[in-house]
Amino acid sequence: MNQYLPLLGIVVVVLGFALRFNPMLVVPAAALTTGLLAGFDLIEVIGKLGKAFNDARIIIIPWIVLPVIGLLERYGLQQRARAVIGGFKAATVGRLLILYLLYRQVISAIGLHSTAGHPQTVRPLVAPMALAAAERQAGMDEETGEKVKAYAAATDNVGLFFGEDIFFAIGSIVLIQQTLEAYDIILSPLELAVWAIPTAIAAFIIHGARLLMLDRSLRHPKGARP
Amino acid sequence: MITIQLVFYLIGGLFAAWAVLSAFDRTNPKRFGNAAFWGLIALSLIAGHLLGDVANGFLVLALAALATFKLLGRGAPSTGDAERAAAGERFGNKLFLPILVVLVTAVAGTLLYLYTPLQETGLFEKNRETFILLCLGVLLALALIFAWLRPPLLAPIDEGRRLIDAVGWAAVLPLMLAALGLVLADTGVGKTIGSLLLTVIPEGTVLPAVIVFGVGMALLTILTGNAFAAFPVMATAIGVPLLIQGYGGDAAVVGAIGMLAGFCGTLLTPMAANFNLVPAALLELKDQNGVIKAQIGTAIPLLVVNILFIYFFAFR
Repeated sequence: MNQYLPLLGIVVVVLGFALRFNPMLVVPAAALTTGLLAGFDLIEVIGKLGKAFNDARIIIIPWIVLPVIGLLERYGLQQRARAVIGGFKAATVGRLLILYLLYRQVISAIGLHSTAGHPQTVRPLVAPMALAAAERQAGMDEETGEKVKAYAAATDNVGLFFGEDIFFAIGSIVLIQQTLEAYDIILSPLELAVWAIPTAIAAFIIHGARLLMLDRSLRHPKGARP
Repeated sequence: MITIQLVFYLIGGLFAAWAVLSAFDRTNPKRFGNAAFWGLIALSLIAGHLLGDVANGFLVLALAALATFKLLGRGAPSTGDAERAAAGERFGNKLFLPILVVLVTAVAGTLLYLYTPLQETGLFEKNRETFILLCLGVLLALALIFAWLRPPLLAPIDEGRRLIDAVGWAAVLPLMLAALGLVLADTGVGKTIGSLLLTVIPEGTVLPAVIVFGVGMALLTILTGNAFAAFPVMATAIGVPLLIQGYGGDAAVVGAIGMLAGFCGTLLTPMAANFNLVPAALLELKDQNGVIKAQIGTAIPLLVVNILFIYFFAFR
């Protein structure tokens, strides 16, 4: 039964997130639990943590855009983004985010996935524009603002995840290829990438439909008078 | 050649500047906590490759301790909303220009470099072109802003600090999760879960095996936060022996769409902090899980679609 002991690390993660402990405590605690129960010694586990952290530093790079965005916000960027959308009578949250979803899928599909993202495009452009559109559609209260911002971030994720695999030179395609190669199943990256297209279309339809539903819910807010 | 380490030096310098400015920011009641936190990240970026695994590990634990004991705070913004709106009126749509400079440098630069003979110059480290060009775009945009608006010298760093303080410890949580993922992989936790899943599949029918494969990909991704960790496990436990070799399914379909089933799990888990928790902090949402809640309605139907796609396309 010894092989099941390290599963307690997963239990630590699930309980930690469920009980709303700080994830920065939960995650290293889970790593230490798992490592120690699997029979590694403490220094060995700490070394593994350090190595993986160091190897993953590339995740930090997009923060480099913050000085540009912060500076432009000082000169009124967010207000400007809102004013621009305020000028388009036909702009709604749903239509705006559908347009961004398409842009995000296409740009990811041609290998430019790291040119957009939450710091690069959502915070400076997409979120303020969506908020401005929502304000014109339904007026603004805290609940609407939260929902619209959450949908702006969600749209970026959906566009990225279900666009990037169409690009054949991406990490996940390489991983699939190498995993299957270990079983003498030889596939070219292109053979794999074409099978990302049906799901990309399905993701656009499903998420796009939800964005149009978001528009409807803004037009008829709960509890509003007819 | 411009390498990724050069980029790390640049961003490390930025974090170091944030650390120093934090230490002197009297409007932030926890200024030394912020200084220590951003300073340690600067150290990791600048010297992480020299420190060795164990020293890096203690650096990780120190970051975790600073976050756990709530030693990070936020200062007061330098300008108010009314002032910003007035400036926005004055400068108009030209304010979008610097952002476009960043995006166009990264997009057009990458395309130009990868699809012309420029690539043969070997100017940029392979597979890191976009990151390097993103940084170049940022530097160009800053030069443009300085020439046009003449902000105070420290303004870009200070305004960037306002944003990174809003994100706080969530900025490095994705690296923590990557570290956890490696430990889980090294200790064989994924394999154990895969073999447990195998026991629930009835023999001789394809559809239940496809469902367990798809749901297992999503579930294991939810638990580990990363479809990359889930894929080798599920492929080894179910995908290859059962779906491909057992029932003769098309390997390209099982592999490609299986991975995408995992991505549906990524939309549902706080473990994928980079995509789900960090933007909640960056957009200053009240509800830490707001982004995940907005994604449930897309992820679950899409998972069902992916499972059906595997069933119909792999077993034509």
